[in-house]
Amino acid sequence: MTWETVIGLETHVELATKTKIFCSCTTQFGGDPNTHCCPVCTGMPGTLPVLNEKVLEFAVKAGLALNCEITRRSQFDRKNYFYPDLPKAYQISQLYLPICHDGAVDIGGGKTIRIHELHMEEDAGKLVHDPWLDQTKADYNRCGVPLIEIVTEPDFRSAEEVIAYLEQLRSTLQYLEVSDCKMQEGSLRCDVNLSVRPAGSDTFGTRTEMKNLNSFKAISRAIAYESRRQIELLEEGKRVVQETRRWDENKDATYAMRSKENAQDYRYFPEPDIPPVEISEAYLERLRAEQPEMAQARQARYQAHWGLPAYDAQMVTSQKALALFFEATVALGAQPKQVSNWIMGEVLGQLSAHGMEAKDMALTPATLARLIALVQEGKLNRNTAVKVFEAVFATNGDVDAYIREHGLEQVSDTGLVSSVVEQVLAANEKSVADFKAGKEKAFGFLVGQVMRQLKGQAAPAVVNQLLREQLERQ
Amino acid sequence: MKITEEMVDYISQLSRLQLPPEEKTAMTAELEQIVGYMDVLNTLDTTDVEPLSHVFPVKNVMRADQVVPSYDRASLLAGAPAADKDAFLVPKAVE
Repeated sequence: MTWETVIGLETHVELATKTKIFCSCTTQFGGDPNTHCCPVCTGMPGTLPVLNEKVLEFAVKAGLALNCEITRRSQFDRKNYFYPDLPKAYQISQLYLPICHDGAVDIGGGKTIRIHELHMEEDAGKLVHDPWLDQTKADYNRCGVPLIEIVTEPDFRSAEEVIAYLEQLRSTLQYLEVSDCKMQEGSLRCDVNLSVRPAGSDTFGTRTEMKNLNSFKAISRAIAYESRRQIELLEEGKRVVQETRRWDENKDATYAMRSKENAQDYRYFPEPDIPPVEISEAYLERLRAEQPEMAQARQARYQAHWGLPAYDAQMVTSQKALALFFEATVALGAQPKQVSNWIMGEVLGQLSAHGMEAKDMALTPATLARLIALVQEGKLNRNTAVKVFEAVFATNGDVDAYIREHGLEQVSDTGLVSSVVEQVLAANEKSVADFKAGKEKAFGFLVGQVMRQLKGQAAPAVVNQLLREQLERQ
Repeated sequence: MKITEEMVDYISQLSRLQLPPEEKTAMTAELEQIVGYMDVLNTLDTTDVEPLSHVFPVKNVMRADQVVPSYDRASLLAGAPAADKDAFLVPKAVE
C-alpha cells in the first residue's frame, strides 16, 4: 500500500522586544540565573501584569505578513497547569480569540500552507535538575519572554514542504525584524504533528506530536523516522497511539514522553488581569504601511530590474541587512552584478570568518562601491582589491588611504610596464623561443614574470597588450 | 448537573489539593450547589448577548517597551519556600 504523510506545525517564535511581555525586565539572552526577574515574572502574589505594546505590534505585523485576518477584539486566556517552569501555575496565552487567524503562506511550487491561527503568549523558565541536591533548580530569566505561536493546518505532505515553509517563515519574520529566529538560541522552535494514511484517503490517521526539534536537520530526520514508525505499526496491523514524543538527536529516534496525568486539562478561562485588546482601523493602516518589502519580492525585482541571476538574487536577499547593503551599493553607481559577486564572495566570506551577521557589519556600501569603482577604472587590480577589502572590512577603514599607505595602486603607466617587459624578455630567451615555436603556455609564464616584477599591481590588460606587441616586434 | 465523588477527585488532583474523606463529601455537595446555580443562569436567553470576559469597560492597557532594572536576586529568592544562592528550588520535576 502507498502511504501519505500528513503534517501540521506549531512554531514558537521569540519576539525581539527589549522587555518581557508583561513586565519591564530585559529579554536579553543569557545572564546569571534569576537576574532578569521581578515579582511579576516570578509569579509573586498581588502583582499585576501589563501588556508590552511592542508585543501586540510585532504579532499583528507577523499576522499581516502571513496574510492573516486580524482579530479586532482580542483577549488573553489563562492556561492552568502545575509545573515549576511557570511560577504562577498558569501561562497567560490566547485560546478563544487569538490575535490573528486564517492566513496563508505560499511556499513555492504551487503549494500554499494555511495558517490556522497566530497567538501571543509568555515563555516559561528553565529547569535544571541538580543530582547532588536531588532537587530541581528553577531559573526564571526566560519566563515572560514574549512568544508568538503560529499554528498551521495539516497541509504538509513531506519534510521538504515543512523546511520550505520554515525557511520562508524565518525570512519573513527577520525582514519584519520581529524576531532573530535563531534556532540554536531557541528563538524559533517547532512542534511537529504527524499522521499517516493510505494515499487517496480523505480522513486523517491518529497523530503524534514531536517536540524538542531545534534544527532543520532534526526536523527532517524526525519526520522521516516518525512516518516510517507509524507506517510499520499500521502494516503490522497495530495502531498508532496519540501521544507526545520526544526526538532524541543522538539516537536518531523519537520516544514517547512520560504522559503527565490529565495533561490536556488546562481549564482555560479569560485572563482577568489583562483587559481586552481592541485593534482600530488606523492602527492596522499604520502597521500595513510599515510592512517592508519581503525577500521574494526583492528577488523578483532584482532579476527584472537589474538582470541579476536567480541564484544571486536569492543569496543577496538571504538576510535583510544584506539586501539593503546591496541596494545601497548599487545606488552609489556600482554595477549590480559586480556588487552581487562581491557580496556572495568576499562579504559573505568575511562575515562567516568573523562569525558575524550582515546587520552587525561595520563595512559601508560606500566603501564597497569605492573598491568596485577603483577596479572598474583600472586603478586597482581585482586580486589586490580583495586584499584591501579584507584589511578594511572589520573597521570600515578608508580604502584610498590604505592603498596609498601600502603602495597598492595598479600600475597602468605603460612606460614602466614596457620597460619591465623588455627586461623580462631579455632574461627569458628560452621562453621567447618557445612562444615563437607556437607554445602559448610560454606566454602565460612571461605574463607571470612581468606581474611578479610589478608586485602584481599591473593592469593585466596592459601587460598582455605590451607583451604581445613586443614579442611580435622581435 | 450531578457532581460525583470521582469528579471531585479529578478536580482536586488538577488543583493539587488533598481532601480528607469527610471534606470530599462536603465538597461534593457544595460543588453541586454552585454548579446547580449555573443551571439557573442557563435558563436565560443569551442569543444576542456578547460574551463578557471583563466587568470593567477598560481596554488596551499597555506599557512602552522600555527596560527597567530587574529585582535584586537575593530579595526575590528570600520570598521562596526553598532556594539556594542563585535559584528557586523545587522537588524533582525534570523527567
